[in-house]
Amino acid sequence: MSTTDTDTAAGKEAGTPPEGGTAPDSGAAGEERELGVAGSQLSTAPAEEINVPSLGPLGWARWFWRQLTSMRVALLLLLLLSLATIPGSLVPQTSIDQLKVQDFQNRHPTLTPIYEKLQLFHVYSSVWFSAVYLLLFISLIGCIVPRTWQFIGQLRGRPPAAPRRLTRLPAYTTWRSEAEPEQVLLAAQKIMKRRRFRVHASGDAVAAEKGYLREVGNLLFHIALIVLLVSFAAGQLWKTEGTSLITEGGGFSNSRTQYDDIKTGQLFNSDDLAPFGFQLDRFTATYERNGPQMRTPRTFRADITYWEGADGAARKTSIKVNEPLEISGYKVYLLNHGYSPVVTIRDGKGDVTYQGPVVGLPIDGANLTESVVIKVPDYRDKNGKKDQIGFQGQFLPTWVRSHGMFSVFPALDNPTLVLTAYHGSLGVDGGTPQSVYQLDKSRMKQFMESDGKTKFARALAVGDTMKLPNGAGTLSFDGVKEWASFQISHKPGDQGALIGAVAALVGLAGSLFIQRRRVWVRAVTGADGTTVVEMAGLGRTEYAKLPEELADLAVRLQADAPPAPDAEPDPEPGPESTTDSTQDSTKESAENSVGNSEENSVRGSEEGPAKDPTPESASDTADPADPAEGARA
Amino acid sequence: MNLAAEVNENLAHYSNVLIYSAMAVYTLAFLAHIAEWVFGSRSAVGRTAAAITSGAEAAQRATVTVQAGGQRGATAVLERPKIVTRSAAGSRDVPDGPGAAGGTEQGDVYGRIAVGLTVLAFLFHAVGVLFRALSVRRAPWGNMYEFSTTFAMVAVATYLVLLVLKKNVRWIGLPLVTTVLLDLGLAVSVLYTASDQLVPALHSYWLWIHVSCAIISGAALYIGAVSTLLYLFRDRYEAQLENPEGKQYRQAVKSVLARVPSAASLDKFAYRINATVFPLWTFTIIAGAIWAEAAWGRYWGWDPKEVWSFITWVAYACYLHARATAGWKGRKAAYLALIAFACYLFNYYGVNIFITGKHSYAGV
Ligand code: HEM
Repeated sequence: MSTTDTDTAAGKEAGTPPEGGTAPDSGAAGEERELGVAGSQLSTAPAEEINVPSLGPLGWARWFWRQLTSMRVALLLLLLLSLATIPGSLVPQTSIDQLKVQDFQNRHPTLTPIYEKLQLFHVYSSVWFSAVYLLLFISLIGCIVPRTWQFIGQLRGRPPAAPRRLTRLPAYTTWRSEAEPEQVLLAAQKIMKRRRFRVHASGDAVAAEKGYLREVGNLLFHIALIVLLVSFAAGQLWKTEGTSLITEGGGFSNSRTQYDDIKTGQLFNSDDLAPFGFQLDRFTATYERNGPQMRTPRTFRADITYWEGADGAARKTSIKVNEPLEISGYKVYLLNHGYSPVVTIRDGKGDVTYQGPVVGLPIDGANLTESVVIKVPDYRDKNGKKDQIGFQGQFLPTWVRSHGMFSVFPALDNPTLVLTAYHGSLGVDGGTPQSVYQLDKSRMKQFMESDGKTKFARALAVGDTMKLPNGAGTLSFDGVKEWASFQISHKPGDQGALIGAVAALVGLAGSLFIQRRRVWVRAVTGADGTTVVEMAGLGRTEYAKLPEELADLAVRLQADAPPAPDAEPDPEPGPESTTDSTQDSTKESAENSVGNSEENSVRGSEEGPAKDPTPESASDTADPADPAEGARA
Repeated sequence: MNLAAEVNENLAHYSNVLIYSAMAVYTLAFLAHIAEWVFGSRSAVGRTAAAITSGAEAAQRATVTVQAGGQRGATAVLERPKIVTRSAAGSRDVPDGPGAAGGTEQGDVYGRIAVGLTVLAFLFHAVGVLFRALSVRRAPWGNMYEFSTTFAMVAVATYLVLLVLKKNVRWIGLPLVTTVLLDLGLAVSVLYTASDQLVPALHSYWLWIHVSCAIISGAALYIGAVSTLLYLFRDRYEAQLENPEGKQYRQAVKSVLARVPSAASLDKFAYRINATVFPLWTFTIIAGAIWAEAAWGRYWGWDPKEVWSFITWVAYACYLHARATAGWKGRKAAYLALIAFACYLFNYYGVNIFITGKHSYAGV
């Protein structure tokens, strides 16, 4: 018996274990205490302590710490955590969808300032949410450390000695045997050791305990939760995450300038970006063509060539929505896709001023109608005078004349490029950064048809060329390429999180499926000269198989301590069992651990003093006479 | 290609017919269960309920004789040591009720018929779900309709497995069949979605793992929740038996409660189910995180579905902690278990219908 447990009342008594049931103090109180000891430390749960201290600041601090690390407060913090998590699913969150937040704020002008004060638009990084989980984890650490020490103490100690009255334990059996008591105890030790019980003999009894792995599992689970949290925190501090849009034939190499946008953790240094790159060779998308889910995408695949290090060998692979590329500790995810019409633009003198794909920005997600903007800053008109032109319009993968300027299907069934053109100043020289997807028309003039009234616009099929009015140049629509956008991210905490998750699962399984239980065997010479063998078992209340296990052990022990033939005057007049006839039903009720009414009718009435006349009056509070309670008191 | 499409249409059609047939047979099973409970109420149980408890007061102990296997050489006597069990202090020593039939022969016959019909309905149901899966050549849980039908199927399967294992679960038959009927009715009327393929984000073997675990967890947690709810009623009923002067349930309610297992058994049953499922639910969330990482590039993004899975998980952790905390075990822990299951249900219906997030695709 360990003496490291100073938290539990039972543990304090455990310091002086009564040897072999010959404890000096007798009477009801002593007996109850003894049972408490028998059940003590069946788990390492901390004690419940509610009384307020009357000490100075140190006492208060101690009390506060005890409270924070008590089961009751852990439970309350867990409840709080689940409550605190809810608002984030009801109020739009900036971390998830900035647009939705904006929309919400526009619609609720009065609520918005209140919500902002309460940090309801970023619940999971709010002060109050953080406070709850940090308190929970402090409580968790404050709980694990002493429990670990206590458990190590238990491992070094011995199972508690047998209580004097084994009959009061949850499972009990007895018989008389011709074998000598010493022989019986030796046999019992051997049997239980073979069953991997930890065994300790003292006096006229043997104490055995099994299922320590339950505690190991429980501690492992709680430690794994801390590992998980630390890994997430590390991931946040050292992460980097950015996106890049690439058209077929284009490439990416991992440096800050190649990202369209990049977010890094507070402790990340962009010099740390690992050298690698890839090129998008081809992008394939297919769509459902019939049925109610027409247009729903069926496959997205990006075929790429990639290399690692400054001059690593090029390798080919493909990235799909669920299958990112893993490279140099980074992951490259396929995010989105669209079309890039390929055009050739010649100026008024017939010189090529632009040739290549132009990224279109989808404006209608389902059918991929895209807005297209082309800016040509280096341009000369037919007289050779410097000017700038810009094209604006839409790209429709499937154009049907009757449906207007919107695509009717996302695949390239009838790709059409509809454009109008402007000339004047693009405003790109002023130094202020401009979006490539928008045309600033404030200092530009739109081209007009020859009638001078209608605005110039053309719809082009692949291979078509449009001539700008007055010989101002041409634009040919040469073909269509696909573009894909990628998310490139590096989260260093992943490994730890994975280990934590696996450890949590293993620990949880151990904690919930392994049962810790104790068995005692006592053998003494009875009044008639034969040996009285008693066995009793104790486990947590949920452990339903205890009677079965005890019976199993008893059967094995009876091989070495066969029951005496004349079992007529039973020394401990047990209930006259008539249940042997209904073997099946009794087995079943053993599993259910509560007998059915038929068996209740044959319950024996024995040992008057131990009987509690009103068992129902016992309340939920810890009762030292209940060993399972004592285990956690 | 066209031929294959037609075969699939046919399969989907047969699947619908089978689900409707299953519902018809479940309805018959429901009626048979009702008959079982009605005939059972004519038994003497209701009238003698009080007598049982006073008997229990006189004797606190149940004697259980356990057959220990594997002892070939021993004689018959040796094989059966008598184990005296004693329930923990604080719990009442009330025996389990005799079951819905109340020990009446007629009730028992109806009960057996109900179980037989449930098995038959389950076969229709399972083949219906299988055909649906074959018609789309993927796991049958791409949308709410498929999720609901599969969920109900797994709940019934769990019940039947427990029956085969000779667990004392026949009392759960009526509530189970009732909810299965409600669930299927909702599925075919409100949630129905024609059979179709998945959007690419749902293409992953983690879908198989994640969603199948979610469904199995839910089905088992449902049975745990029914048991918990019944525990609360039965616990009050047992308290009333001790205190005949106080407020009482009506006679009809008493007659039902007298026949279900004891509060202690129900509580233990619920705990064992919840405790067994908790690691599975933990794994479901982890698998979901791995899938999300593959599909969207982040393990955890506080998407509403993720939020509510997390809340459900924490709520069940609360329940498990409560059972180990003085002052919280018993009824309070049971309330926590019910709240936790309500969170699961909200995640299953509420989030899909009321809140939009990344997890809402394909119709509802
Ligand atoms: C981070 C949140 C936590 C979670 C998710 C969690 C979860 C769990 C789970 C699932 C169990 C298994 C229940 C069982 O064996 O029946 C458990 C047991 C336990 N937890 Fe926690 N826990 C958390 C925090 C804490 C804290 C802060 C404490 C410290 C007071 C604590 C102390 C315990 C103890 C002592 C047990 C064993 C109870 C027993 O022996 O039955 N836990 N916990």
